[in-house]
Amino acid sequence: MLAKRIIPCMDVDKGRVVKGHKFQNIQDVADPVELAKRYNQSGADELVFYDITASNENRPLFLEVVEKVAAEIAIPFTVGGGIRSIEDIYQTLRSGADKVSINSLAVKNPDLIREAALKFGSQCIVLSIDAKQMDSGKWHTFIKGGREDTGIDAVAWAKEGERLGAGEIVVNAIDTDGDKNGYNLELTKAITSNVNIPVVASGGAGSKSHILEVLTKADADAALAASVFHYNDINIPELKTFLDQNGISVRR
Amino acid sequence: MIAIIDYGAGNIKSLQFALTSIGLDAKLTTEASVIRNSDGIILPGVGAFRDAMEALRNLNLTELLQQEAAAGKPLMGICLGMQLLFDKSYEDGEWRGLGLLQGTVDRISGEVKVPHMGWNTLTHHQESSLLNGVPDESYVYFVHSYAVRSYPQHQLVSSTTYGGLIPAIVQKDNLIGMQFHPEKSGRIGLQLLKNVGEMIA
Repeated sequence: MLAKRIIPCMDVDKGRVVKGHKFQNIQDVADPVELAKRYNQSGADELVFYDITASNENRPLFLEVVEKVAAEIAIPFTVGGGIRSIEDIYQTLRSGADKVSINSLAVKNPDLIREAALKFGSQCIVLSIDAKQMDSGKWHTFIKGGREDTGIDAVAWAKEGERLGAGEIVVNAIDTDGDKNGYNLELTKAITSNVNIPVVASGGAGSKSHILEVLTKADADAALAASVFHYNDINIPELKTFLDQNGISVRR
Repeated sequence: MIAIIDYGAGNIKSLQFALTSIGLDAKLTTEASVIRNSDGIILPGVGAFRDAMEALRNLNLTELLQQEAAAGKPLMGICLGMQLLFDKSYEDGEWRGLGLLQGTVDRISGEVKVPHMGWNTLTHHQESSLLNGVPDESYVYFVHSYAVRSYPQHQLVSSTTYGGLIPAIVQKDNLIGMQFHPEKSGRIGLQLLKNVGEMIA
């Protein structure tokens, strides 16, 4: 039976793991290599790395960190942030990433998904969607770290991403990000019921129940969270026991 | 020394990292002399079946791999690398593989999401030194859209279930295939690689 996945996410800025709230008020948390080792040991099913500032200057440094992390872990590893081209994807995979996550660039250049999927395989192309609910009730896709509304319907964009060849979708609810009041079930469900590729829910985890909820009620294939794992507010082995007791298949 | 065939763009560095972490010496290479001098060969999986076979042909490696396998050197294929060991694949056409193992490769069927991506359990079908320290129902990490079909049952060491039975570990003498990624399968994956290392040493 395919297990539901628990994925700690590290937002990395200039070689350090940081945390923010609604993408703001950035605080230093830890050394990514040390943190990654801890997650590898504690039973995390996968790790995600986002280069949150992704300026040109820090890209070589970032790939160095990617390589250092890859050397220390034996679980799948997704890297995102600042991917601009097929060459960037190639370099990131060569540095030890298993998948790359594409966000803003895919919106501006959807063909990149198609091209990348053909070249490297769908399994390593993750489409990351930052979405926010508008007054109309529709979900809009935002880019540039949640700063810019593209006006594109998030559900339609997820379907298009699948058609272009993305192998997985990360859906991040901007409204609930960092609030610790639970994932946005409505948004997650809207995506999971409209695509036939794995969907990773992101944004809002505060408790073990929130994670159970998004895996069951919204049919997410994986739950991603950052600070609740970094600060051990949610202990991963305990979380897995809790999910197992609630009838969810998890790797233990 | 284990030769990891470096014939494409995928993440094979993590395979090298994993082998190093359990004390095995591994080199990324496409050089015939290095491959000949190795104690064992790992063929990783990269991209599509047709492209992978073409890359191996362009590097003049297909015959070399067949010779080394015939000479009894341990050869392990991982993910697509396992599929390449078989006769033929129907991935977007019909392509000839290395023909070292009998069987064909076809798309995963059934009412399931494809690719099969994530942690799934192993069901063991026979005893093998490859499974030392790897209990039945252990989780390993899969990422694939195609799987091996119509293979001889006695080669099936372990399987998983996803839209039907999927061969997860196959073995015929010195030839091993793993459909999942042992280098990405945590402690269990490293144990499997150690067991392969024992076979090579």
